[in-house]
Amino acid sequence: MIKKLTEKIVCVLGLLLLSVSCSQNTKSGTVNDTVRINISSDIDSMDPWKSAAADTISIFRNVFEGLLKPAVTSGDMECAIAESYEISDDYLTYTFHLTHGVTFHNGTALTSKDVLYTYEHLAGLHGCEAVSAKYGFIADVAAPDDYTFVVTLKNPDPFQAAQFDAAIVPVGYDKQATDPIGAGPYRFDSYVPGQKIVFSRYDGYYKKDALPKIATVEVYIMTSTASVIAALKSNQLDIAYFINGSDAVALKNSFTILTQPQNMVQLFGLNNKVPALSDKRVRQAITYAINKKDIIDGVWNGYATELYSNFSPVMSDFYNDTLSSLYSVDVAKAKSLLEQAGYANGFSLTITVPSNYEPHVSAAQIIVSQLHAVGIDAKIESVDWATWLDKVYTKADYEATVIAFVGKQDPHEILGRYTTGYKRNFICYSNPEYDACIKAGLLEKSKEKRAFYYKEAQRILAEDAASVYICDPNLINATRKDLHGYQFYPITFIDFSTLYYE
Amino acid sequence: MNFYIRKIVSFLVTLIVISILTFVVFQVLPGDPALTILGVDADDVQLLALQKTSDIKANPFASFITWIVGVFHGDMGVSYRYQVPVLSIVSPCAVVTLQLALFVIIITVVLGLPLGILLALFDDAPFSSLFSSFIQIGISLPSFCVSIVFIVIFSVILQLFPSMGYVPWHQDPGLCLRSLFLPAVSLAFGTTGTVIRYVRSSFVRQFHKDYIRTAKGKGVPFYSIVFVHALRNALIPVLTILGMLVAEILGGSILVENIFSLPGVGKLLSDSVQSRDFPLIQTLVLYLSVIVVICNFIIDMIYSIIDPRIRR
Repeated sequence: MIKKLTEKIVCVLGLLLLSVSCSQNTKSGTVNDTVRINISSDIDSMDPWKSAAADTISIFRNVFEGLLKPAVTSGDMECAIAESYEISDDYLTYTFHLTHGVTFHNGTALTSKDVLYTYEHLAGLHGCEAVSAKYGFIADVAAPDDYTFVVTLKNPDPFQAAQFDAAIVPVGYDKQATDPIGAGPYRFDSYVPGQKIVFSRYDGYYKKDALPKIATVEVYIMTSTASVIAALKSNQLDIAYFINGSDAVALKNSFTILTQPQNMVQLFGLNNKVPALSDKRVRQAITYAINKKDIIDGVWNGYATELYSNFSPVMSDFYNDTLSSLYSVDVAKAKSLLEQAGYANGFSLTITVPSNYEPHVSAAQIIVSQLHAVGIDAKIESVDWATWLDKVYTKADYEATVIAFVGKQDPHEILGRYTTGYKRNFICYSNPEYDACIKAGLLEKSKEKRAFYYKEAQRILAEDAASVYICDPNLINATRKDLHGYQFYPITFIDFSTLYYE
Repeated sequence: MNFYIRKIVSFLVTLIVISILTFVVFQVLPGDPALTILGVDADDVQLLALQKTSDIKANPFASFITWIVGVFHGDMGVSYRYQVPVLSIVSPCAVVTLQLALFVIIITVVLGLPLGILLALFDDAPFSSLFSSFIQIGISLPSFCVSIVFIVIFSVILQLFPSMGYVPWHQDPGLCLRSLFLPAVSLAFGTTGTVIRYVRSSFVRQFHKDYIRTAKGKGVPFYSIVFVHALRNALIPVLTILGMLVAEILGGSILVENIFSLPGVGKLLSDSVQSRDFPLIQTLVLYLSVIVVICNFIIDMIYSIIDPRIRR
């Protein structure tokens, strides 16, 4: 009796297993016109006017096209929907000449009416409500004919080209949040919240010579890094986007590892308002105490570039390359500076880190042990991302933190963060000399002089030891060996259109 | 009848208390939903626009009342993050989690019940203690740990099952089962162990009771003793455990869905807590508690069918 029962159970179980595993054994891993890639956070909104999250923008740049778009090489803009543009001699008027034959994904032709509509809303002109704060510099816009678009600025400025990458949207179209329509090389196909977004090639793309080779791109939202690596290894992903240095080392033999500095700044942020840290000598002591090499090796497995100020060498035109000798790792000097400042016996320091960013937590752990060596009693307080944004970033109610900021196309957007009174100057740094440099850079017309001011700003920031600028972590991707053409940009952009299999 | 009314009242009270608790916890949590959704480089205008729609802390009591009134009309509010009605996001996710939970329960019962009975019958056999220690491993290993081991074995090395990418049932039932197989087995690993243990000890206890001895003495056939006499009595504690396991499965699904990138309620819940998407959190918590409470309610009802003495 019992034997029979056991037999039955085994049979049923066997059948169950068999039926499930045999139902379909061919997984599309060899189809050569599909690319599957991951991103780590769900999209905030598909409407370009409501979206600000880096991950979302980095994939939707394939759907939307601007008048100009960022060039592969650092810092410059290249023509996109505008086939050319000129800036008037008084730097007040930008005139864009639109490419003929550009169509939106719904088939309608893109003319200056659409561009006008877009910029009226972006800048809040002609009775529209502004959808962005970035376009306050525009005084007026006009479309004299179907293929000409003219922007008048409030103040003369020859360096506003970087702002004209905003998505051009069809006039009057209000369903962007659910069915986005742009003029880019890929059209939106489908979106399952929390799971995936699918894009397909837009065959009517106006740049016929740059028509993408990959027909379908599936973007999976995956929060767990371990899952990403497993999915790549088991042929469920073709590109593992943004992986760790340690994973890169492990994957090196069977996959192509693509890596490049990404114009990011990971910093050990010091709240300059905290009594102990308001003393420049204390901040300098901390700078002398921290060995950035240990963090680069320990956290990023060597895949990072050491920094000396809040600026990455990726932005070569504006990068101050003379700052590396300013500080060295010197425990004795750190101790004597602390003594001069009246902290011979050290002090206690709480480092508030966002728990969802593992590299920042690990970096904080290394920093804690390095600070202990000079007598600073540091400890880590781990908080979730929303709490970090509220407590640290908005209210500056913290002592120290570890965080990273993604790169921007313009030096002002990177360095302007630390001007006195700026809302997001979360380290509460204040130096009139620095403010003057940033202001001068903004008003300056010649590129060389402008670079001079920003280089000065970097020097002041470094000398004041406003915070400890650790490194620019590389963006590391692992791809199938037969997938080629991945392009890096100085901004967050995963360009699908250049990918191909070979 | 009195029994059922009492159950329904306690069911409603539980739900209201849970809603209020979630709301209070949310008030205490720091964090601005708008800034969390848009990130460190939020555009000021976009930020203000989103804050206008998501600022419930300004007038917490009123927003809670609005929400509760909405619930009774079937309107759960609009998600801050996705800017669409909450119900339209939760429904497809709920389907995924329910399928997963159902799959887990089926595996648990189909494996747990017979194996438990078997172990009870062969209580003294040498393989019994070996099996018990194996079950011990199943119970003590957390499900996310099991998931990762299973991914490495079944997806990476053997490439038998996918570790991501859910396929809806109506699209292809076979692929749907395949995509749910690893997560379900990972979750069932622990629950099955628990059920086997309870079934076994419950049966062993029944076997030592007088009525079984009497039945044996009367010459009742063995299978009849096991499946008619003992089973009915032994099942009661097992049912209690099954009810509690539903809560455990739903809790475990939060981690497992994240690991397998399944678009279910668990993943949605952890995402919405991170982005402080209040209408979504509140609805999901309400939804999960309704399931747990309903399951326990159903189990209470089954009790009273199996053992009418409970009704008194």
